[in-house]
Formats: sequence, structure tokens, C-alpha cells
Amino acid sequence: MKNNWPLWEVFIRSKNGLSHKHVGSLHAADSAMALENARDVYTRRNEGVSIWVVESNQIVASDPDDTDSFFEPARDKVYRHPTFYNVPDNVKHM
Amino acid sequence: MSLNYLLQMGDNALILGHRLGEWCGHAPELEIDMALTNLALDFTGQARTIYQQVAVLEGQGRTEDDLAYLRDAWEFRNVLLVEQPNGDFAHTIVRQCLYDCFNYLLYEALCSSRDEWMVAFASKSIKEIAYHQRFSTEWMLRLGDGTETSHQKMQAALNNLWIYAGELVSPNQVDIEMCEKGFGPDLDRIRPLYFEKLHELIAKATLTSPSVEWMQQGGKEGKHSEHLGHLLAEMQFLQRAYPGLEW
Repeated sequence: MKNNWPLWEVFIRSKNGLSHKHVGSLHAADSAMALENARDVYTRRNEGVSIWVVESNQIVASDPDDTDSFFEPARDKVYRHPTFYNVPDNVKHM
Repeated sequence: MSLNYLLQMGDNALILGHRLGEWCGHAPELEIDMALTNLALDFTGQARTIYQQVAVLEGQGRTEDDLAYLRDAWEFRNVLLVEQPNGDFAHTIVRQCLYDCFNYLLYEALCSSRDEWMVAFASKSIKEIAYHQRFSTEWMLRLGDGTETSHQKMQAALNNLWIYAGELVSPNQVDIEMCEKGFGPDLDRIRPLYFEKLHELIAKATLTSPSVEWMQQGGKEGKHSEHLGHLLAEMQFLQRAYPGLEW
């Protein structure tokens, strides 16, 4: 049975206004079961108000081998942060 | 409010909760293990609340623990269905489904009881019970309408447990008295709703309702199957062997 049930990733919104966060994964035969399993495994201590489940194989992940070209170039570009710039004193509402 | 009425409710919850707890560490999947023990904890929690109320109304100094651990089998008023052994997963699901379908109708009615405590308790518990029913009916449909093997196992479980469904909706003297006072529902009115709900679900699960009409009874009067004694021997062992032990 274990081999037949696909893996699902679970995302929980802890309270209204916050975004869903990845909390872990589980096995389930289909989406309805995945949702109920997520309720039983991940929200028994009042962790959430909303659950998303998505089949793990539907997630496209970046390749660790691409780290250099993907992320390295952003490291020395501090000017992309708004805090890099001095705001003139007479500019309001920033 | 009749203490025996509360004990009927509380004992159902405690014994079924214990049975479900027996699955802890043994369920076919980690996720189901968690689901069944969640149900067990819901039932145990309900039993505690009811026993606490019995202790208050009784005023004899007995506690919830005394009621759970120091009564013998003939003092328990749970229906026969809930003490039936877990068997395979199919038996556990069918037992749960037969119980949840009734339990939801019962608690729905208790939400408009004339007893204030009962209304508060039922209104809180019905949310848990609604989830129990969702869980067990979902599995009933999945396994009944699943593979050839799962279908056979579910049908066998249904055939074995069917005779215990009737007791749930057969009023005894206590039920009748509570109904007359407006504290509890009329089980004669719930019976057709219950069986209609079951037949519909069983058909949807591509299973066949057993044609047996004779139903086993006695639990509510303290006449139990031999299974309850074994269950209590395990559940009560510690308090019997070391009276008053706490940790």
C-alpha cells in the first residue's frame, strides 16, 4: 500500500492575514485524503485556519547545481535594497 | 437529568475511545494512526466531561477516575457495538461508521435539549462528531467501492457488526424517561432517519445492507459481551493493582 500512495506537501496558514507556510509532507491516495490527513497530522495542536496540499511531484524545484548562476549574482547588489538610498529630509511618507 | 442517561453517553465515549486507542502504533499508515488516535482522544475527552458532570450531580465524592477505573462490567452502560474488538481495519471503520451516523443524529438533537448543561456540552462536541462522521463515511466509501479485496472485507465487517446497530436506536426505560422530560431525543423518531442514512451510505459504497432484522441488545442494561471484561482488565489494571496510584 505504501508504495501506491503518492507524497503530498502540506502548507498551513496559522492565522488569517498570514501566508501559508510549508510544514511538511505526508502520504495519501488522493487530494481529499491528503487534506484530511494533513488536518490530523499537522493541525492537532491548533496550528492552522487553512490548509493547502499539493502533490510533491507537481513542485518544480531549482537545481542545487544552478546555485552559482541563480543566486550568486544577487549577493553583491546591495543597491537593490531600498535601504541603500538616502532619503532627503523633506521627502515625507516613505 | 438521569445519571444513567449520562453514563450511557459517557460509557459509549470511553469504551469506543479505548478501542480506537488500541490502534496506536498499529494502524496501516502513520497518517491513519494519527487520525484514529485523534478520534480516541476526542471520545476520551467527551467521556471525561460527562463523568465530571455525573460526579457533580451524584455528590457522593466519586470522581471521573472512579467512574472510569473502579466500576465493573455490569455497571457500564455502553452499547454492545462500541466494545466489539477492532478486528481488521474494515471492522474498525464499519463499527465507527455505524456509531458516528447515530452519534451525529443524537448530538444534533441534544443541542436543543431542555437541560442547559447538555446543550452546552452537545454544541461543543457536535463539531468533533461531525468530523468523525466525515472520516468514517469517507473510508466506508473508499473501501466499499475500492478493490475486490477491500469490498469483501467491508461486506464481511458489515455482516458481522450489523446486529449491533439496532441497540443504538432502541429506547430503554432511561431513554424514554429523558425524552418525556425533554432532555433527550425520541429514539423511535431517530431510528428511521438512522437506517435511511445507513442504507443510502451502504448503497453508495456498493455494499449490501444485511437482511437480518433481529438485533442484539443488552449493553445499556449492563449485559455485555465477553469483550468488555477483557477491555476493562487492561484499561483498569493499574488502578486495580495499585489503588489510588497517581503519576
